[in-house]
Amino acid sequence: MNTPTPPTLRVSTVLVLAALLTLIITSFVSISLDWQPFFTQAAIHTTGEFLLGFAPPDVSPAFLHQVALATAETLAMSALGTLIAALLGIMLALPASGRLGAVARASTRMLLNALRSIPELVWASILLIAAGLGPFAGTLALAVHTMGVLGRLFADAIENGPTLPEASLRINGVSPLSAFFYASLPQTLPQIMSYTLYRWENNIRAAAILGIVGAGGLGQMLKYHLSLFQMHQAASVIVAMLLLVALVDATSFALRRHMTRL
Amino acid sequence: MLMISEFHPWLLLDARSLRATMQFLSTFVPPAHSAEFLSVVLQATWQTIAMATAGLTLALLAAIPLTLIMTQCLSISRLGTNRMSMPASLLRHSARWLLLLLRSVPELVWALLLVRIVGLGPTAGVLAIALTYTGMLGKVYAEILESSDAHAADTLLKNGNGRLTALLYGALPQASSELLSYTIYRWECAIRGSVVMGFVGAGGLGQRMDEAMKMLADDQVATILIMLILLVTGCDGISRLLRRHWT
Repeated sequence: MNTPTPPTLRVSTVLVLAALLTLIITSFVSISLDWQPFFTQAAIHTTGEFLLGFAPPDVSPAFLHQVALATAETLAMSALGTLIAALLGIMLALPASGRLGAVARASTRMLLNALRSIPELVWASILLIAAGLGPFAGTLALAVHTMGVLGRLFADAIENGPTLPEASLRINGVSPLSAFFYASLPQTLPQIMSYTLYRWENNIRAAAILGIVGAGGLGQMLKYHLSLFQMHQAASVIVAMLLLVALVDATSFALRRHMTRL
Repeated sequence: MLMISEFHPWLLLDARSLRATMQFLSTFVPPAHSAEFLSVVLQATWQTIAMATAGLTLALLAAIPLTLIMTQCLSISRLGTNRMSMPASLLRHSARWLLLLLRSVPELVWALLLVRIVGLGPTAGVLAIALTYTGMLGKVYAEILESSDAHAADTLLKNGNGRLTALLYGALPQASSELLSYTIYRWECAIRGSVVMGFVGAGGLGQRMDEAMKMLADDQVATILIMLILLVTGCDGISRLLRRHWT
């Protein structure tokens, strides 16, 4: 009977695997995980007590009203942040897609990369200085980070789109800006819309936790109640976060299925 | 919406906040660059990478068995009748719900809770990443395995092979490159996640950043920000290289 020859092992694959293994082992060694709290008798007891302290969640109408307000704040932060980011992102995508020369393209892309590499939470903690505590700093933080993400995605979408319509306008003497607005932008608009909606979904999740550094929304409530050891209230906030995330997931799933079926 | 999010752009131009901002920005240059501080930052950077790697490894260890439980095309009772037996479907659904719960709680909230159990330090961060990523990896692995062609695994199962054999020889070879590339992508996300873990006291670059912000040591903040950008860009590059190598 003929058996197929076994695949040959490449040297580079072995090297990469060895490097990964070294990375994993050195990681575990250098962190020296502290398993103690999970395995000693007393520790299990305190952990159990800590977890039991959460039940039952606070469901008094007054508190639920506060939670609802914080949820609305979270949603508003994410929507506004995404909107600002999308508008500024399109403006930055124009130079970043090479419409205004190679130098402008490289420098704008560098700016977008820098905006994108700094997480929302870090932006929020920096912007607290300029904007003060509260949801405004959170909105700005979401806007700045998302601007980096969306600007890059928009620029890529514009660059990868068909070039013929814009080229024919340019050949007939239309200025680069008008050619962009009348040819490239309308062509990529559906993609721009879908990227923006996708980021909005991400930003709702991000906005829920931004408050941990003091930037408003549900996160701020959670941090506040946990710091005061008001576990019942903290439990309600966590449940509200879970519901918000689950609702967003379900809505986006349903919308996506609806749109792909059409 | 503008009202709820307290959108007051004019606050940015307020004289007092402008002064605070200018003061903050003016001390940004030059970034702190004493040898001592740089070594601290480098250590924190390594801790961030190590947290992400260790967390993802633990997540893998938990997610792979859960995937094995969940994947529908590896069900034996489903063969022939196309209906799973009661206990099998119950087990699959409970695994699904467990994963849903694990990934619905944001990693930062896991970290916030775990810091109170295991104390300050990287352990909380590693566990937070492990919990959230178990949820994400398990779900996506099962989806990838189920969306690939089930014919080979089916044939193996029908001829009396075990589930593990069907997975290794039937389902895995088709899906391996997709599984690998998703795992590497998640590693990149874990690095970004572990950067912010520090803000709740779970070690790494975030914690140094938080400390520097609270001491209003702006030159240190600037150094950490530069390090952060380098770290994220570097990891993007490595992950792109690895994905190209394997796919």
